[in-house]
Amino acid sequence: MSSVRHTVLLPCALAFLAGCAPSTKAVMESNQSAVALRSFQQRAFDTADKEKTLRTVIATLQDLSFVVDKADLDLGTVSATKLSGYQLRITVTVRPRGATQLLVRANAQYMDKAVEDPKPYQDFFTSLEKSMFLTAHQVD
Amino acid sequence: MRETRIAAALVASCMLNVVGCATIPKDALVLSPDSIERRQLQTRRIDGIGEKELLSASAGVLQDLGFNIDESETKLGVIVASKDRSAISGGQVFGAILLALMGSYSEIDKTQKIRVSLVTHPAISSNGEILPNSHFLRITIQRVVRNTADQITRIESIEEPEIYQEFFEKLSKSVFLEVQQI
Repeated sequence: MSSVRHTVLLPCALAFLAGCAPSTKAVMESNQSAVALRSFQQRAFDTADKEKTLRTVIATLQDLSFVVDKADLDLGTVSATKLSGYQLRITVTVRPRGATQLLVRANAQYMDKAVEDPKPYQDFFTSLEKSMFLTAHQVD
Repeated sequence: MRETRIAAALVASCMLNVVGCATIPKDALVLSPDSIERRQLQTRRIDGIGEKELLSASAGVLQDLGFNIDESETKLGVIVASKDRSAISGGQVFGAILLALMGSYSEIDKTQKIRVSLVTHPAISSNGEILPNSHFLRITIQRVVRNTADQITRIESIEEPEIYQEFFEKLSKSVFLEVQQI
C-alpha cells in the first residue's frame, strides 16, 4: 500500500508545487515565442485605408458582442471586452505593410490566461474578412 | 481499500489542477446568426447632422443618463462611458430575508458597473459613396455585478430591446437640441 502512496502522492505534490513560481514571473512571461505567436495572431489585407479598416474592426467586434474600451487612430489600436458569462479581452492593431497592404494583429486574454491557441484567432479573422469583403492573407 | 480510494480522489483533483481553468469557449470569436438581429437592435441611422456634432449630442445623452466618459476617439467615432450603480433588487432582498428567518445567510447583489460603447460610422450609398451628414450609430452595453461579499455574480451583455429603444428616443431629442445649438 505504501507503494501506491509513493506513486500517487509524489506526482500530486509536484503538480501542486508547479504553481509555486513567484507570480511576478507572469509580467514578462509568454508560453510561446514571439515568432510563433505572430504567425497566427496576424493577417495582411489588400488595402491601405487604415481608418476604414479600424472602423470595420470596431464594427466586427461589436457584432461579436464586444464593448469597445479604447480606440486610437494614430496608434492604430482598438481594445474591447466581451462579458458573456466570462471575460474575454482583445486588442487589435492595424499598421501599414508596404505601400498596398495593412497588417492586422489581434491578441486576446480569456479570464486570466493569454489566448495562445491559433483557432480563436482564425475565427476572428474569418469574421473580420466577412465584414471587410477582403481576404485575410497569412503572413510569414 | 480506503487508501486506494483516497489515492483516486487525490489523482482526480490533481488532474483538475493541472488542466487548469476552462479554455476559451469554442464560438467566442465566431459571428453567430443572431449577431445581425442584435446589430439591428443596437443601431440607428441618423441623418442631417455631421459626425462630430452627432458624437457631441451622444455625449450629452450619456451625461443625461449619469454616465462618465472614460475614453473617446472622435476620428474613429468612438465614445466609451461607464457608471457604477446599486444592483440591489427587491426580489433578492425578499428572498434573503426569508432565508435569514430560516436561519441561513445569503449574499445579494450589491453594485454594478455598467459600460457603454457608442460608435458612429458614415452611411454609404448603394454604389459605395459616403453620404454626407448621414451616419449609423451603434451602442453596446455590458455590466459586471458584485454582491455583498464583493464577488462577481454576473458578467453579461445587456440585450433588452426596451433599453436600446429608450436610449435612441433620448438621443433623437438630444440631436434635435444639438442641431438647434442649445
